[in-house]
Amino acid sequence: MKILLITEQREAKWNRVSFETLAAARQIAKQTQGTLGGAVIGKGVATLADDLAGYAMDEVLLIEHDLLGQYTPDGFSIALRQVIESTQPDLVLLPHTYQVRDFAPKLAASLGKGMIGDCIGYRHENGNLIFVRQMFQGRTAADVVFTGEPPWFASFQAGAFRADSARSASGKAPIKSVSVDLRAEQIRTKPLELFREAKQAVDLTQAPVLVSVGRGIKGPENIPMAEKLAKLMGGEVSASRPICDEGWLPMDRQIGSSGQTVMPKLYLALGISGAIQHVVGMKGARTIAAVNKDQNAPIFEVADYGVVGDLFEIVPAMIEELEKGTAS
Amino acid sequence: MKIGVCIKQVPAKDAPLAIVEGGAWIRESDIGFETNEPDSFALEEALRLKEKHGGEVVAISMGPERAKQTLKEALAKGAERGIHIFDPEFFKLDPLTSARSFAAAIQSENFDLILTGLQSDDQGFGQTGVLLAELLGRPHATIIMAIEVSGSALKLKRELEAGWFQWVEVPLPLVLTIQSGINKPRYATLKGIMAAKKKEITTLDRAALGISDRRTQQIQRIYVPQKSKKTEFITGSPKEAAAKLIEKLRHEARVL
Repeated sequence: MKILLITEQREAKWNRVSFETLAAARQIAKQTQGTLGGAVIGKGVATLADDLAGYAMDEVLLIEHDLLGQYTPDGFSIALRQVIESTQPDLVLLPHTYQVRDFAPKLAASLGKGMIGDCIGYRHENGNLIFVRQMFQGRTAADVVFTGEPPWFASFQAGAFRADSARSASGKAPIKSVSVDLRAEQIRTKPLELFREAKQAVDLTQAPVLVSVGRGIKGPENIPMAEKLAKLMGGEVSASRPICDEGWLPMDRQIGSSGQTVMPKLYLALGISGAIQHVVGMKGARTIAAVNKDQNAPIFEVADYGVVGDLFEIVPAMIEELEKGTAS
Repeated sequence: MKIGVCIKQVPAKDAPLAIVEGGAWIRESDIGFETNEPDSFALEEALRLKEKHGGEVVAISMGPERAKQTLKEALAKGAERGIHIFDPEFFKLDPLTSARSFAAAIQSENFDLILTGLQSDDQGFGQTGVLLAELLGRPHATIIMAIEVSGSALKLKRELEAGWFQWVEVPLPLVLTIQSGINKPRYATLKGIMAAKKKEITTLDRAALGISDRRTQQIQRIYVPQKSKKTEFITGSPKEAAAKLIEKLRHEARVL
């Protein structure tokens, strides 16, 4: 199977999730006795192509154009469609980033093809590739297969594979510059200012312990309880997205795909169901404990310790237990 | 501005999910359904744009008979009309066929703006808005956190990853997917609920839309995932469980 990995960069810096997808791509190429190509798309990204060429692959495609300097869905899909038409890969793999979500379905559809997005893994069985993705916010998984003719498109979720660091011992892959025909009037989106919102007041990535709250906390009046527990544990409070959307905690305390990615010693999830957008931000924690009233909540799939019960009974009891410890 | 908003009905957040034999879908009897939360934000944004700039909001939903309830709620909140694309087996569709169905159903509406949520909380493909734009030959922007009307274009705040944002300008007509949290969705008022009774819901049979049934992908089986980690469940009264958990965190995991 001929596989093409489409990497992601911004301002000539890698999005590291590209290397997780590279790991998947390499494994599939090996299992199907296929070849692996990697594409770098942008402007002034030749150094990245050179870097990628060191990662033991068959070839690297460098796709550069003045109109690809800033990402636009039109520019990227028109350029990549030409590359796919000329190189004819069977399987196009992408990291499931916000940018990929923005252009990859369009790219596939422009070729009359479909994409299996947000995969967490795959299986190679009897010569067939079966992609695994989550449904119902992580409460179920689904096996999905392509039915039509290639090229097929699939994206892998961040954290689905361990980033590939295997550099080739046998020299670099050839880099092929691919020219694309792109005109300014084809690009309908005008990219403007790129910015970060208010400076982060707290760096959650440095906290050894995070006590994180989700919808189960019910209201802003209950946040101080979690803060008290966090303080007793020597950590910080954090939250899933809905809590920050509600304004119960500031946005800089949000963990997940749209917030921060953390790897504390202990992550204690209180009333967090464990939707995948949240889990990708915290599953690297050394120890995960979860309190949730629903024993089927997906958070328990990643938890080392689980308590099924009412957090409004359990958290006060934990606070009491910890205070007992400090008093003695 | 004539605005279309694509909304979906999904199992209620706390609904216990059971998978049908063979794994084709979930057992729909005995569970509650609600409007897909991300789509509620899209509907609210559509209503606000209409209230500020004038025009009409048309809510469109695909699904079995029950999907009408979600359209009724949209009408009660202030949408003018509803379009129900009827398909009791909508769950067998791949994202491209779903989007083709929406495109065929709304092509003649010539909406200035089409909004939808970021993704659905059931299948979670997260592709419908982007595909719909491609099929209708319109530009799109996704994960939108703010909308400003600027002449014949919209100025949009897109959310990127890791705390980054970007403003982009895109000409009308276009398709947007709305990020959850962009606004506070309203509740329907009693007056709205009464007014909705007089509003029209057009039903289109998806099978009659003339969409090719050639799918690009197929779900073989839905199942409860195998745990990647072995979770140790701690039982007992709240007090006992709390004490045991602290004990484990201190002396077994050694993280406290």
